[in-house]
Amino acid sequence: MDDSNQQKVGQISGAEIIMRCLQEENVKFVFGYPGGAVLHIYDALFKQKHFKHILVRHEQAAVHAADAFSRATGEVGVALVTSGPGATNAVTGIATAYMDSIPMVVISGQVPTAAIGMDAFQEVDMVGVTRPCVKHNFLIKDVRDIAITLKKAFYIAASGRPGPVVVDIPKDITAEFADFEYPKSVEMRSYTPVTKGHSGQIKKAVKILLEAKRPMIYTGGGLVLGDASNELVKLARTLGYPVTNTLMGLGGYPATDKQYVGMLGMHGTYEANNAMQDCDVLLAVGARFDDRVIGNPDHFLSVPRTIIHIDVDPSSISKRVKVDVPIVGHVQSVLGEMNELLAIETKKPDASALKTWWAKIDGWRAKNTSSYDGSSSAIIKPQYVIEKLCEVTKGDAFVTSDVGQHQMWAAQYYKFDKPRRWINSGGLGTMGVGLPYAMGCQLAYPNAQVACVTGEGSIQMNIQELSTCKQFHLPIKVILLNNRYLGMVRQWQEFFYENRYSESYMDSLPDFVKLAESYGHVGMNIEKPGDVEGALQDAFAMKDKFVFMNFMTDQKENVFPMVPNGKGLSEMILGSDPNANDAVDEMEG
Amino acid sequence: MKHIISLLMENEAGALSRVAGLFSARAYNIESLTVAPTEDATLSRMTIVTSGSDEVIEQIIKQLNKLVDVVKVLDLNDGRYIERELMLVKVKATGALREEMKRISDIFRGRIIDVADGSYTIELTGSGSKLDAFLEALDKTVILETVRTGASGIGRGDRILKV
Repeated sequence: MDDSNQQKVGQISGAEIIMRCLQEENVKFVFGYPGGAVLHIYDALFKQKHFKHILVRHEQAAVHAADAFSRATGEVGVALVTSGPGATNAVTGIATAYMDSIPMVVISGQVPTAAIGMDAFQEVDMVGVTRPCVKHNFLIKDVRDIAITLKKAFYIAASGRPGPVVVDIPKDITAEFADFEYPKSVEMRSYTPVTKGHSGQIKKAVKILLEAKRPMIYTGGGLVLGDASNELVKLARTLGYPVTNTLMGLGGYPATDKQYVGMLGMHGTYEANNAMQDCDVLLAVGARFDDRVIGNPDHFLSVPRTIIHIDVDPSSISKRVKVDVPIVGHVQSVLGEMNELLAIETKKPDASALKTWWAKIDGWRAKNTSSYDGSSSAIIKPQYVIEKLCEVTKGDAFVTSDVGQHQMWAAQYYKFDKPRRWINSGGLGTMGVGLPYAMGCQLAYPNAQVACVTGEGSIQMNIQELSTCKQFHLPIKVILLNNRYLGMVRQWQEFFYENRYSESYMDSLPDFVKLAESYGHVGMNIEKPGDVEGALQDAFAMKDKFVFMNFMTDQKENVFPMVPNGKGLSEMILGSDPNANDAVDEMEG
Repeated sequence: MKHIISLLMENEAGALSRVAGLFSARAYNIESLTVAPTEDATLSRMTIVTSGSDEVIEQIIKQLNKLVDVVKVLDLNDGRYIERELMLVKVKATGALREEMKRISDIFRGRIIDVADGSYTIELTGSGSKLDAFLEALDKTVILETVRTGASGIGRGDRILKV
């Protein structure tokens, strides 16, 4: 019979082994919530001093906060939840991280081994539930497997195309005893992610890039996750080519640089979308041509162009758009090699073609499609709040957002010059991430300015975290763009459903100032455009306070430019169109 | 177009459901799927019969390779291969049918492996299309029950899928 429930000399419990593994991985924060199946683990956690546990108010927020910690630092985020409802509450957070390829390890408690499959109290098949939204998951069935499994979990989460890994651990396993030895490295014959790109392909790519007449560089979240921003800047400056970033890639290339043409996609700039559509050579880096980025793929492919695609994940290449030069490899290493080749290359980019191309781009730019009517002294424009936020924080804050119109305005009007500063749910589009994301950022960088740009719909999806922010003294600034509507839903209903605002009005809102104050925070109501800048300055001057800023904004403002669903990238509706809504109606036919 | 994909994966609990889940989550066709451990008990070999355009098949191969438990993937259609499937058919065998069923079985090189008062059970091995042809040759009313294993495939000559 197995004697692992008898402690021998030198042995420690499964729960203690988990603590030692986290210590070996240099984990600084564990975001979690206790419960029955993880009581042994929490008892071991009580006795250790190596990392800090952040008690959230809902498991979803634990996973989001761990996810943001990872996005801001590049380290693996860690969350700890109990079995059953604790585990299922974590699923939205896990799926959010999976869609954006964020490295995370989520440890979930499970009912005791003998109770698995018995419909025990708080039992759920966590490995089954999370299978479609994790990079990998494990159910540990032997205390002696804990160390090697966690080692594998951290390795899988952080290597290759990163992603969340779930480790499900039955309660009895955490009480049994075993020797502890943390493996120094791990090798898996079934998992060998590529690192370096194929040098022949890289040479070919450089040659094609130098022959381009209308080149374009398009980078995504993969560039940020791969920490290849410096390599990209070097490459782009050497070549003098225009650069666009996706929503996930903002900050990958400095937004204030003259070669930057803005974000592309459904709400991208006129110049970025047109240049993307019109280019003859496209260099895609850590981006995946998704539906919100290139719109209708058939329309995109109706113009011939040569596409070079660098990605660490082969399955991202030629998934939606067939590419000509695939390069599978770590973006930092591949771009580095390209820079080395360019340094010794005698051929230079075609200066005259480039001049003509830039003139065309500058023509698109001159349309200035990010302008908005800010003439009213009575109604606050949401874009104006973001512009002022950018000024007051000197463009150097960590900005988290929720999902909707405010997210797009934050992406369009805050100028991100550094990677890992813009933290949002791009792939899954999870409302409610903003506040827990801000918590993860503020804990990672206690002295940094952290702003959570949100809407009154989203903020209420994890509003309970105001309490966590109080407990851990997190001086986050909430920038609530309150238009009393689920704005993006309302915008689509206005455009595509003849103004039938079905369930998109947010009635019965709380008094956000009183709500913030009840948690011991500072609350502010801002109702006039003239008060915006001063209020932001006051708020950010309160360096040790959590400030909840409720901006009452224009109820009817829409996000422009807009590429309607299923349309081509260059088929944008602009805010300056005399009647943007009619333009939409016409396009819809 | 129909493709037969062979893969080797870690013989671990849940590995099969990862593959099956991938096909349903990404809406890939799955005609048949067979799996059993190999001579190396730490590995399972799976044969999947699927269909799709070249682009879809390329994605299927990439997505299968991406699964952490999958060690190697081979699209048998990329070269020459052999495909075999086993079918057991229980047919009516009364009166004149007793002789006729035996004759049809012989023509298809089947073997009668169980004989009862009113029925035979015929074992038949071959490609999927041969098994289809056998069923078509039978009068529908004489078929009492069928069971098929789904295809197994192996490359010809020195095309070997091994770790």
